[in-house]
Amino acid sequence: MKSISKQQYDEMVKQASPGSPVLKNCVLAFLFGGFLCLLGQILCNLYQDMGMELKNARAAVSLTLITIAAILTILKVYDKIAKHAGAGMLVPITGFANSMVACGIEFKSEGYVAGEGAKLFTIAGPVLVYGISASVIYGIIIYVIKLFAG
Amino acid sequence: MVFENAPGILSHAAIAGKKEADGPLGTDFDQTYDDTALGTASWEKAEAELQKEAVGLALDKGGLKADSVDVIFAGDLLNQCISSTFGLRDFGIPFLGQYGACSTMAQTLLLAGLVVDCGAAQLAAAVTSSHFCSAERQFRLPLEYGAQRTPTAQWTATASGCAIVGFGGKVKLQHALVGKISDLGIKDAANMGAAMAPSAAESLAAYFEDTGTRPVDFDAVFTGDLGSVGSELLRKLLSEENIDLERKHKDCGLMIYDRTEQDVHAGGSGCGCSASVLCGHILKNMESGNYKNILFAATGALMSPTSQQQGESIPGIAHVVHLVREQ
Repeated sequence: MKSISKQQYDEMVKQASPGSPVLKNCVLAFLFGGFLCLLGQILCNLYQDMGMELKNARAAVSLTLITIAAILTILKVYDKIAKHAGAGMLVPITGFANSMVACGIEFKSEGYVAGEGAKLFTIAGPVLVYGISASVIYGIIIYVIKLFAG
Repeated sequence: MVFENAPGILSHAAIAGKKEADGPLGTDFDQTYDDTALGTASWEKAEAELQKEAVGLALDKGGLKADSVDVIFAGDLLNQCISSTFGLRDFGIPFLGQYGACSTMAQTLLLAGLVVDCGAAQLAAAVTSSHFCSAERQFRLPLEYGAQRTPTAQWTATASGCAIVGFGGKVKLQHALVGKISDLGIKDAANMGAAMAPSAAESLAAYFEDTGTRPVDFDAVFTGDLGSVGSELLRKLLSEENIDLERKHKDCGLMIYDRTEQDVHAGGSGCGCSASVLCGHILKNMESGNYKNILFAATGALMSPTSQQQGESIPGIAHVVHLVREQ
């Protein structure tokens, strides 16, 4: 058989492989993500009207969205919505909650310790590691700047 | 290799899940299950059940007892092939575990043919399986995770197929070709068709050259699970060799599901895809005379989650088996 180079084959593959519908995905992500933000704001106003301080209301909003995402994941509905919403549901806190609950459900068969316990952060782990590390670094930078700024 | 003594397929069975039962080949499976867990406590145990059912049913259909089978070749996608080991544990048949990824059905079938043809065994069984949930668990992401699948992604079939080879039967094994590992640098695990197409092209081209045949000489040339993207690439690669597959090529991954209704993106995949289509639809149609002369070329992607994470490309392999209907 004639040998075809990797570059030539790569070109063939690009032509034969349908790409993701980027425009449609962006529009849907915008709509779903926007809706979540709107929901968050409505809840925040509601909690404040109920007497909470702004700081606590914001925490309550996060808790509410996490709970909704967790329940939808357990009901096996979350992934059906996320299939269309894409980044609109993945990027907000709902995505984080879904990743943990999905792992919790998935690895139950290996028991509470080696299964659920160990694998709960399989997807969310890097977010924690790099998010926390980044804030530590920024904290150090700000501290050093303040030292020099006096 | 030539099977000089024409070993035949004495009996066969195809088992599948709900999505496959709802597909175009639904009535060709011997047994389907609505419950994806098959009443077991884990996806891995469910897949083991699929293999157990396939072998049990193939034995029953052939009026054979497990202790009359001299050797069983079995494999699956899971680490250490546990679906095969645990599924076949109780049969008491001498066991040789196999790994060929999605090419396992062709691999096990040609080995079964080989041991019978050379006289080492009177009866040899070939079986393999795949399960959507156990495959996603091992290779991809948790089932309830809200990720979007790309248009080139394929759906791992929840299915298994078993063929029992001996002297007799209406369908005979005439030739087989063991494929070589082929790698054209595809790294996208969501585009398995593109990763496997080169090996299918190489193996088929080598088969046609070795036997002096062309696609027109056969009623159909089946590939395992190239899907829509892989099938198009296969045709392009072979046309570079002046081999025109167009009207003869059928892909089990495109046959097992209705892509317009069943949201499987580029088509079905998994060891069980080609196995259940061969041991159900294809062999039934060969026995009834609708197909008299076919090639069965199952393809496999020989990667692991670790190789993917280390940035490696995805090598492919394809084994070809030539089956004929006795006149």
